[in-house]
Amino acid sequence: MIRKLLCYAKGYRIYSFLAPATIVLEVLLEVAIPFLMSVIIDSGINGIPLTEKNGIIVELLIKLGFAEKQGLDLVVATGLLMIAMACVSLACGASAAYFAAKAGMGFGKNLRGAMFSKIQDYSFSNVDKFSTGSLITRITTDVNMIQNAYMMAIRMLVRSPLMFAMAIGMAMGINKKLSLVFLIVGPLLGFTLIFIGSKAHPRFERMFKKYDKFNTSIQENLISIRVVKAFVRSKHEKEKFQISNDELKAAAIFAEKLIILNSPVMMVAVYSCILAILWFGTKLIFVGEMQLGDLMSFITYVQQILMSLMMISMIFVMSVMAKASMKRVCEVLEETPTINDDNADANLKVESGDIEFKNVFFKYNETAEEPVLSDINLSIKSGETVGILGGTGSAKSSLVQLIPRLYDVTQGEVLVGGRNVKDYKLDALRDSVSMVLQSNVLFSGTIEENLRWGNENATIEEIRAAAKISCADDFVMSFPEQYQTELEQGGVNVSGGQKQRLCIARALLKNPKILILDDSTSAVDTATDAKIREGMKNSLPDTTKIIIAQRINSIQHADKIIVIDDGKIDDVGTHEELLARNEIYKDVYTSQQEGKMEQ
Amino acid sequence: MAEKQIKKQPNGPGPGGKMKFEKPNDAGKTLSRLLGYVVKNKVLLVLVAFLVFVSSGAGVAGTYLLTPIINEIGLVVKTGTFDVTNIIKYLVIIGAIYVCGAVAQYIYQRVMLNISQGTLNLLRKDLFDHLQSLPIKFFDSHTHGELMSRFTNDTDTIREAISQGLVQVISSLVTVVGIFLMMLYISPALTGLIIVMLVVMLNIIKFIGGKSAGFFRKQQQNIGALNGYIEEFIEGQRVVKVFCREEKSKENFGVCNENFRKAATNAHTCASIIMPIMGNLSYFNFAATAAFGAFIIIKFAGTGSTGISSFLLGGVEGALTIGSLAAFLQYTRQFSNPISQVSQQLNGILAALAGAERIFAIIDTEPEEDDGYVTLVNAIVDENGNIKESETRTGKWAWRHPHSADGTVTYTLLKGDVRFHDVTFSYDGKKTVLKNISLYAKPGQKIAFVGSTGAGKTTITNLINRFYDIDEGKITYDGINIKKIKKDDLRRSLAMVLQDTHLFTGTVEENIRYGKLDATHEEIVAAAKLSNAHSFIKRLPDGYNTMLKGDGSNLSQGQRQLLAIARAAVADPPVLILDEATSSIDTRTEKLIEKGMDKLMEDKTVFVIAHRLSTVRNSNAIMVLEDGQIIEKGDHDTLLEEKGKYYKLYTGQFELS
Repeated sequence: MIRKLLCYAKGYRIYSFLAPATIVLEVLLEVAIPFLMSVIIDSGINGIPLTEKNGIIVELLIKLGFAEKQGLDLVVATGLLMIAMACVSLACGASAAYFAAKAGMGFGKNLRGAMFSKIQDYSFSNVDKFSTGSLITRITTDVNMIQNAYMMAIRMLVRSPLMFAMAIGMAMGINKKLSLVFLIVGPLLGFTLIFIGSKAHPRFERMFKKYDKFNTSIQENLISIRVVKAFVRSKHEKEKFQISNDELKAAAIFAEKLIILNSPVMMVAVYSCILAILWFGTKLIFVGEMQLGDLMSFITYVQQILMSLMMISMIFVMSVMAKASMKRVCEVLEETPTINDDNADANLKVESGDIEFKNVFFKYNETAEEPVLSDINLSIKSGETVGILGGTGSAKSSLVQLIPRLYDVTQGEVLVGGRNVKDYKLDALRDSVSMVLQSNVLFSGTIEENLRWGNENATIEEIRAAAKISCADDFVMSFPEQYQTELEQGGVNVSGGQKQRLCIARALLKNPKILILDDSTSAVDTATDAKIREGMKNSLPDTTKIIIAQRINSIQHADKIIVIDDGKIDDVGTHEELLARNEIYKDVYTSQQEGKMEQ
Repeated sequence: MAEKQIKKQPNGPGPGGKMKFEKPNDAGKTLSRLLGYVVKNKVLLVLVAFLVFVSSGAGVAGTYLLTPIINEIGLVVKTGTFDVTNIIKYLVIIGAIYVCGAVAQYIYQRVMLNISQGTLNLLRKDLFDHLQSLPIKFFDSHTHGELMSRFTNDTDTIREAISQGLVQVISSLVTVVGIFLMMLYISPALTGLIIVMLVVMLNIIKFIGGKSAGFFRKQQQNIGALNGYIEEFIEGQRVVKVFCREEKSKENFGVCNENFRKAATNAHTCASIIMPIMGNLSYFNFAATAAFGAFIIIKFAGTGSTGISSFLLGGVEGALTIGSLAAFLQYTRQFSNPISQVSQQLNGILAALAGAERIFAIIDTEPEEDDGYVTLVNAIVDENGNIKESETRTGKWAWRHPHSADGTVTYTLLKGDVRFHDVTFSYDGKKTVLKNISLYAKPGQKIAFVGSTGAGKTTITNLINRFYDIDEGKITYDGINIKKIKKDDLRRSLAMVLQDTHLFTGTVEENIRYGKLDATHEEIVAAAKLSNAHSFIKRLPDGYNTMLKGDGSNLSQGQRQLLAIARAAVADPPVLILDEATSSIDTRTEKLIEKGMDKLMEDKTVFVIAHRLSTVRNSNAIMVLEDGQIIEKGDHDTLLEEKGKYYKLYTGQFELS
């Protein structure tokens, strides 16, 4: 999982290596400096000759001619050397911070970009599987978590173990016997940490699940706030909220209470090390195997070991938390879009607006028992206007969504322009099939920008022409900013009917071979509805128009009307034919025409 | 369909406007208020402070005790005799101190965990509870994403600041003060040197901190934009697919993404640069102190000077020894650690304060005004027609109307008589949406509103339940001005079915029960039968126990409307508002539920909004609205006779735009 994610460091890999590299230098210096400290104490203040001390650094100092210096001179000289080293170390540390930030944020950017692209390639059924809310959390919260963990990791994953190893090495350089203490404490500590981590991980996963649930409950409340207020249910809502709020708290405490064991356990381990070292060190000094200054540096190294262990445990905690996020991100990245055009012919264009359904069966979910559509056979000629009528839940929308391949059929085939829809590149297919969805969305930006979705290169005249057909031009021109009016997210500042008309204009601008209107004029009054239909008939004579509607008068002039009942085609015919022979159609017609017949 | 024409005003004033979020930081006030949440349990917090003190103190004391040991060891070297008892004594003391420290640390962390999670729990509760009391206007001007982020991002930063920052600050403070005292004890002169270094360090922190705050602000702005884009495009992904805009949307996303990366890189560089700077400055410190200390020892060794100068140089013990210099040098190392740790936390703390400020801004937003004092009570009507209040449910309701002037209480039976007197209304105080609307609905009457989108139909119904308050005129309910009625009671006496149906996660039965929390299963089935939802519910895999997820996305729009009608049916109030309640139900099903609807509307005052004229035909009165004004009113037949707009509309001659 981690290796797979690491691919996304691309382009920032150099920083991912530069950061540890500078850190290595920083650590080397940081480890050397306590040695200089011991020189200051032992040789500078206590007057023990440099030559009597051991270690690489001492040999280096002797080569530099430090052996000739004594007393205060030696202290000052060594001190200056120390400051010089600290300067270099500081430069290294600062650049490491920069490189790590650059690498971490770059990694996050790539990961986010990859997820976003992947989600854009998802088919409707992929999105259905995850739900939009969960996708949003994954690409925001989870990626942030991972990117910060990555940044920490490239800084600390090198630094801490290196520091740890170096400090132990240096300590061993001072006195091997004394270092044996680490052998006992080290493994004991490691075992405890791993034990805590493995216990904590499932608890954190549980906490994240509660978090998801908590978020859903708030979101739901916000969306339905009018219902809550209308039914005076805020007390009920508060109680409901408090349950998930308390659950979240309990889960968080349950998970974190393990993690906080880390640092006291480590403190006890390291402090017992120090005590043991003091005890054995004294003995060694007594027999003359060690200097007092050496013991001091030894303790400094123990403290460095403590620091690096602290860091390691921090990485540990972060990785436990990031692991859950990584899993969620990987799920998104690994999901294969259920619809792809890999086997399509790249040069194939949709030649005509002919549509044919051959023995089509369709289920949203493989495991569903009943198909949503069964045994659909249908043939529509280019340029025809087709109405689709059917009861609530009779699968009208499902039927038309198969045409631009928003879903794939479970059985049978759908042909557009004489070729199976799977033969076309998705772009080619969807550019020719324009669809106005039932739940339609406008995006933040100006009205013009929104309409341009249909055709990037449209002139303002073309845009206005399309808006005129969909009866949107008049009200747009009545806005002070006209086509430059900014729409808010989700288009909340236009009314439902206006939104639908803008969505139709957007679809018209594509100049498609096939135009599908899925109940897209439900919020538009009858008269405007008629005007829009008239306009489309005149300006798009060659386009196949499929109209799903509740109102008979929206479709009664169609060349062909399809009556759907419970996922099956009940009848196909013209208004007159159906009126004469189809029960369902007659029923609907009478219910809607009562008023007029009285006239 | 919602007909509101509200433009969000990013910089506009008014309750709940965005203005509040951009006012200058009042960090002190926010901090003390946030601490108010943390300090809910004073005893616990005192305990934590004490334990932090113990654990940090143990760290300082442990280091200090190294001095006598080292001196003791020095003695060993000098005299050549190994006195075990003294060393063991010190080791045992140090060991005991360390164990105390570790135990204290564990306990305070455990307590802190409870405190921080408790604080968050409380904060989220207050936030949510307050949100429930805010007017609809507030929700019109704030996106869900924005409000959600108060619950997620903002509380998250607060959690980090409390669980890590607070303890860190306390322990650092204890450590710094402790070390400082120890240093003074050893050598005031050397301590002076340290203070100079400290001033330098603080200035560096201040400088970087200032920069970093700016970068963090920029990062927050960018992440806001990025998350907004993600939300918009993932929610609108279906449209993106239909228009083949995948590439384009990826491209734009790339821009937001890159902007965020740049800002985040700056912010994080700044934040993590503090640690190496502080760490290495402490070496400067060390070298300078060592040189100065060595100088003192070598120059003044054995001079035996006394008085003020010896105190300055050698502290309380009068002379700087090798052991005490060693301990002092240890302290210089330890001194910088807490300072850099606190500065590391500084960003987190600032972010948390900004988050808290945003949360408090919502909590401080004026709740929905409610000066109503007329309440709804259960009523008993005796033989003489007198109305009395009842403790138990009687099926009859009355308005309890206390009069402050003479202290009397009158009761009015709840009937459902709604009247508008010259009502004028605008959403933003500028553009008038409704003008001089006067109408009446007597108990049991059905009033319909007809008109094109944006004419103000939904607005009228939103005024009856006081989602919005009118600017001029008055609305009465059973003769009482609705401004005098307690909002909750007013709304309880009305049931609404909205066009945008919203359902909740839970079973079908729970969703219907939303209308009346104490409804029995039988009542729920009866309501479902009335709205014709029963037949499809029966066919669901688990019937009434079928779980609905994500706003009922596993049901069709029409089925959801049927459930919403059932929900209103089970509430069974005297006034019913149907706003395009059957728009997604096909006419055939509508025909089927007509009987049920008729029964539902029996003896009730009903307001109906519908596009389908067949739905409104049998109303007692039909109001034709245009541009916020009633241009025609009357029943179906009179309106047809008048041969006005309604007639034209009905006969298909006239085209509403």
